[in-house]
Amino acid sequence: MFELNPDRNQLVISKLTEQFPNASLVPEVMADMLCISVEKENIYNVLLSLRNDTELNYNFLTTLCGMHYPEKQQLGVVYHLHNFTNNHRIRIKTATGITHPVIPTITTIWPSANWMERETYDFYGIFFEGHPHLERILNVDDMVGFPLRKDFPLEDQTREDKDDSMFGR
Amino acid sequence: MGETVIHKVNNQEMSEPELRTGKPIVADIPEGVSGQGYFATSIEKAVGLARKNSLWPLPFATSCCGIEFMATMGSHYDLARFGSERLSFSPRQSDLLMVMGTVAKKMGPVLREVYIQMAEPKWVIAVGACASSGGIFDTYSVLQGIDRVIPVDVYVPGCPPRPEQIIDGILKIQELVGNESLRRRHSQEYEDLMKKYNME
Repeated sequence: MFELNPDRNQLVISKLTEQFPNASLVPEVMADMLCISVEKENIYNVLLSLRNDTELNYNFLTTLCGMHYPEKQQLGVVYHLHNFTNNHRIRIKTATGITHPVIPTITTIWPSANWMERETYDFYGIFFEGHPHLERILNVDDMVGFPLRKDFPLEDQTREDKDDSMFGR
Repeated sequence: MGETVIHKVNNQEMSEPELRTGKPIVADIPEGVSGQGYFATSIEKAVGLARKNSLWPLPFATSCCGIEFMATMGSHYDLARFGSERLSFSPRQSDLLMVMGTVAKKMGPVLREVYIQMAEPKWVIAVGACASSGGIFDTYSVLQGIDRVIPVDVYVPGCPPRPEQIIDGILKIQELVGNESLRRRHSQEYEDLMKKYNME
């Protein structure tokens, strides 16, 4: 059990609110992990300070992934950070609108974000401003659409032979 | 057991006790004229017989069906006794492309290139549901059947097909190979087929 450490959670919250008094940070504890929602304008600085601060020291970006909330008309990105020295994990979330989804890249903080942001672009369509090589990574290069958005159809649309009555429709 | 079970082997009916005696079962001899010390038949039949009993497969194994193929090549189900002794991963040196497993849309052009590099005459067998039609993966990333990119001769259904079924598919390919006309690859029908797939 590494996340359930209320002292460390409190330390992170207090340090971040002290360093970013104007940012609206919304902390919550979800499933034993501290989760902080940050606006996208501040996300780069927040992540940079989480890494560089000697007491916080979240030096490992475990993963970076996209999210789609159609009811809120939002696309988001979630970052999982890990601290090796204290064995503590936190989650940072940020959101952007669907019509023009742009989020600053964090490749300059952690180089491993390079492919992870490409994957998020490939599947959700979120543009990462400042990314050195933002292209599709897992799907075919000439694909139209972003597969993991909720409004993308589940089945391959090029099939003509599927009989709806056999599939309960 | 009292009854004698009869099996049909090479168009001859042989009973089980007879099969157990170890009498050699000869391969099918095509129709022809024979006499003292010679046998004359049409060259198509002779070439077909030679080709079908020495097909060199290219195992394009992508997923689970590839494992079944590995079992088929093992000693228990032994595909080598049908002549497929020498597998090659080089398309230039093989005649049968065995596509076994799910092919992603990103893999489609690669499969096409491998097929184009094979020398005529070449045959393709699609092993498994995913190679035949996309299988259970009706999704944005899976190619819904390899016949969208290359022409296929035999489809083996199954998820995965048992080794006996893969062998059955190979036997059907052998039937096609043995009966193929030597002019088939130059015929108009074949050229139209290649045009349909945008291959020369």
